[in-house]
Order: sequence, then structure tokens, then C-alpha cells
Amino acid sequence: MALVEIDNISKNYQMGEVQVPALKQITLSIDEAAFVSFVGPSGSGKTTILNLIGCLDKPTEGKIVVDGKQVNTLDRKQSAVFRGSVLGYIFQAFNLFPVLTAYENVEYPLVMIKNELALKRKEQVLEVLEAVGMIEQKDKRPDQLSGGQKQRVAVARALVTRPKLVLADEPTANLDRKTAINVIRLMHDMRDKFNTTFIFSTHDAGIMAEAEVIHTLEDGRIIQSKQYPSSVQEGEK
Amino acid sequence: MIRIFKIAVRNLMRYKRRTLLTSLLITLGVLMVILFSALSGSFKAMMIGQITDANLSQIQIHKKGYVSSMDSIPLNLNLDRKGYAKIEDVLKRHPAVDAWAPRIKLGAMLSNYSETTNIRLNAIDPEKEVKVCPAVGDRMTFGKKGSREKLIGPGEIIIPDKLAKGMKIRLGDTVVLVATNKDGSVNGLNFTMAGIIEVVVGPQGKEGYIHIEDARVLLRMEKPEITEVAVRLKDFDMLEPVYADLKSALADFKNKKGKPAFEIHTWEKLSPFYNIARMIDLMSVSMKLIMVSIVLISILNVMIMSVYERVREIGTMSAIGTTPGKIMALFLTEGFTLGLISIAAGNIIGLSGILLLNIYKIRFSFGKMDNLLLAPSVSLSELFWLSVVVLIVSVLASLQPAYKASRMEPVDALGHV
Repeated sequence: MALVEIDNISKNYQMGEVQVPALKQITLSIDEAAFVSFVGPSGSGKTTILNLIGCLDKPTEGKIVVDGKQVNTLDRKQSAVFRGSVLGYIFQAFNLFPVLTAYENVEYPLVMIKNELALKRKEQVLEVLEAVGMIEQKDKRPDQLSGGQKQRVAVARALVTRPKLVLADEPTANLDRKTAINVIRLMHDMRDKFNTTFIFSTHDAGIMAEAEVIHTLEDGRIIQSKQYPSSVQEGEK
Repeated sequence: MIRIFKIAVRNLMRYKRRTLLTSLLITLGVLMVILFSALSGSFKAMMIGQITDANLSQIQIHKKGYVSSMDSIPLNLNLDRKGYAKIEDVLKRHPAVDAWAPRIKLGAMLSNYSETTNIRLNAIDPEKEVKVCPAVGDRMTFGKKGSREKLIGPGEIIIPDKLAKGMKIRLGDTVVLVATNKDGSVNGLNFTMAGIIEVVVGPQGKEGYIHIEDARVLLRMEKPEITEVAVRLKDFDMLEPVYADLKSALADFKNKKGKPAFEIHTWEKLSPFYNIARMIDLMSVSMKLIMVSIVLISILNVMIMSVYERVREIGTMSAIGTTPGKIMALFLTEGFTLGLISIAAGNIIGLSGILLLNIYKIRFSFGKMDNLLLAPSVSLSELFWLSVVVLIVSVLASLQPAYKASRMEPVDALGHV
């Protein structure tokens, strides 16, 4: 069953008097619990398509439905509420709040978005921190953590609200190869554990090989889509 | 909410030096206002106390038209027995009135047998006068027979200190008072110098005192007359409503021409110190406005900088689902918290300062009064309202930056460098 349905979307950016096309007539669907990667060179439209699926931006044309809701017509507040309830985000630069500990960073969405009770919050935060292997570092601030540890905390923060879909824009770009592979495999494990759909972008061939579905973008168009059965990939690893 | 406060405090402490400097600036503003209010309030209360308790009284009632010509001490504007009885009746019926005393005001020539000068006199009923002006005796130095409780007896006179010194009159000396009554006839009486009175500021601050019965003899009054009725209230803070009540009650009495028979004034209308008191109030308001400006500008500055430095962070908050309202609430809480910390510090330091000022007494001179002692204090209600104003201004100052943060497009904010 499709969690994300993209119907003929285009996105143009206005640069002064010139319109620059970033995405051109893209149509695709992404199933629930999929592990999907958008790949392509810089400027191919990877970030733009993630921003559109994540209601951070609106397409110039076309329709996007996520979890049964047409997201391209939502206003600012509705978009925020939708993001908080259905989506999780992982950023290239981790984007952890520097004044909060790892625990508090993961707890943040539950406090500010979900308004969960303290006891339930603690239970949920500890569960995801345990799942990403960061329970020992829970009281450390981001500046006391390595890049890989920061991204693990970011994965935990994205998963703590039990979103149906996690979007990750170049989540491994700031990590060394070994750590990057570990983070992607962690995301894969989390997909298996929580049945969450993961969509991430990358231009790293080694990382893209970890995905089950790969959409290759070039000049704003999908030029190739490939699907690899999970079992085949496991075997290749 | 506690979590939001916690996050707000952490964000403030992210830039410790800037937060501390801003907080220090606001604390100093609050401290300045508290100390100024305490000192000026104490000065004002003391001066009003001196004026109303030592000679003027809180309220005075006269025959209509007396106050506008009081400089010439007109004897033809005295109240007769009937008029005084009517006034007494009104005063007796009002529960807030504590005491009242009749007075006769007159001008006379004072002679020590070798020199003569003019003197303004306040003829009093001493028993009633001490109830209306309990501090009147504090300004007096008495001879062997005199006392603060008794004040003055028939045949005695109390003279202002400067006059006594100038005329070389000492306690126990005999002097002569010569006065002209309202019909123009002149009369003289001998008096014994019973006391010396310190001069104070105000229209009645340089008057001598004699007994009211002596004034009647000196002025050859065929029937009892008085110039004014001095009134004291049980609670000075009730001055305005009681004044309004008495004014309304006295307005019922008309003279033969059908116009009001009496006029009533509070000390504010009778003493020039009222203008100084108003100036003090104005200065106090100015200080508060300066403090509000300090709070407004400093918090606005900090919050604007905070928003510009945290654009990507705001983008992250928004991307992970924080609604614009909650982003705004977070920044407002930061401004509020900064104000709260500053007002708390300002209040604590301010109250400590007041305590120190009360331990190490402040003495000063005002006009011809020396060695006045200030007892600075500030009311809880003033502290409360000061705190409320600072907190409201803190939130208002944060409003624009907080709104700006809440309106940022997440996609632009995340891409901010």
C-alpha cells in the first residue's frame, strides 16, 4: 500500500526574473515500510523532492499525498502539525539543539509537539535511545558527541514520535565511510523494528547500495528507478 | 511549561556574557527605581508628616473666602459660634475624623520693651491642638513650667526661635503683644515667654503660639470667634474620600447671600510643599519610564540577536513539527525569563539596599530644618506592580523577534548559512 503518492509534480524556483526548474513532472509512489533512496548529483533535485514530501515546501504544479492526506494544500500551521504527527526528519548536519542533552534532544518532539506525560515520555525516549545504542551517552550534549553519535541521536529524535515516514537529506554526508554505513544500517534496522518508511537522499554510491528502492534523479527528472529485494541485499552484504 | 522554561533558560545561558550584561542592565534599572522610590517616598512622607502633624493639620475648614486672603490674616472672615457648631456637628458625624481643633489667626506687634517687631500668631486650644497636630510640641523648647503635653497656658507665648534670638528674648521673659481688632481698636497684653519653636517650611511655619482665650481678650471679641478648624483623620490614606465627604456635607450650609458658608482644604492646597511632592512624583515616573526603556531596548536587542543567530535551529524546530505558536511561545518565554531573573535580582538587591539605608541612617537638612532622618521603605504593592510592568515589557519586547521566528519558512531557515 502506497504511503506517498506523487502525481506529476514540478517545482520552479524564482531567481530574480528567471524561473529555474528544480523538478519536472515527477510521478511516483512509495510503499509503507519501504527503504528508499533518491540519488543523483548536486542540483539534481534530491533535496527539493524530500522538502516537498516533507511539507517544507510546495510544488509549483501537481499533487502530493502522504498517508492519505494531500499535503501540498496545507497552510503553515497544518503543515507543522502534519509533520509533527506523521513525519520524522534527519538532517545532514544533524541539527541537534546544542543546549540540550542527547536525552533532551530526543525528548524535544514529545514535549513540544506531542505533549506526552513525563512518565510516558521517559519510557519512549529510553526505548529509542536503547535502539540506536546511545543510552550510555544520553546525558551528553551534542558538542560532547562524535558525528556518528550525533546522527544516532538524530535518528532517535526522528523515531521517538513513531512517525510513519522518516525523511533524511544526505544523512551521511558529514560522516566518514564506516560511520556512514553504520548509520544507514541503523536506519535500516529501525525500519525493521518500527516498520517506519525511510526515504533518504545521497550521492554516495556506497550508501545508495544500502537502499531497497533507488530513484535516480538528473536535472529534475527521475531517469531510473530500481528495486532490490531486501533479502538479496542482505546476501550481498 | 516547565520544560519550555528549562529550554528558555538553557538558550539564555548559551550566550552567558550577553545574557548577564543585559540582565545586569535591567537589574540596575530596577534597583535605581526601587531605591529612588524608597528614598523619595520616605522624604515625601516625612515632610508631609512634619507639615501636617507639626503645624498645618491634614484638613482645614474656614469661612468661605478666607484662604484666598489669608496672607493679610483678615479678622472679618472669622467663624462665629453658630458656624463652628455646624462644622463640629458635621465632624462629629463622620467616623473617619479623629480630632479637630479651633484656631484664631492674628497678626500683632511684639515688644520686649526696647524693640518692637511684627509677629503672626496662632491662638490655640492646647488640649485639642495636640490631638490634631501631635508633633507640634516636638518643635518646641519649653521653660521650667512648660511641657509638650501642656503646650501653652493663659498668659504665655511661644515665639519662633529666629525671632527670639533676634529680639534677645529668653524663656521666662515678659513681652507685650499689641493687636488691632476687626473694628480697628488697639489692645495690648503682657505675656510670659514659655517656649521657643523651631521654624518649619510652609505658610504656618513661622508663627508664634498663644492660648485661644488670650487671643479673644487681646482682640476684644464680644462673642467667641475662630479663624479655622484644623482636622485630623484616623487614617491619612483616607484623606481624599473623607475630604470629599466633608466638602459635600459642608456645602449644604449657605450664607445670607445663598452662597456656601464654608470652605474646606486639604494640606495639599495650603502648603507649597505639595508642588515639591508632585515634582518628586514626576521624577519617580520619569525614573520608571527610563527603566521601562532600558528593559524594552535591551531585551529587544538580545532577542533580535538570538533569532538571527538561531535561524537554522528555528528551521529544525519547524521541520520536526513545532507549530508557529509554540516557536513564538519559546522565544517569548526567553524574554519573560530574562525579565524575571532581572526583576528578582533587582528586587533582592533593592530591598538589601533599603535595609542598609535603614541601618546606616541618612540625615539631611531641608529648608530651615536640620538633622532630618530618612527611613526609606517601599511597599509590597509597589514592588509587585514594578515587577509586573518589567515582565509585561519583557514579553512585549520579545514579541517582534518571536513573531519573526514563528513566521520563518522552514525550508529557507534550514538553508540559512
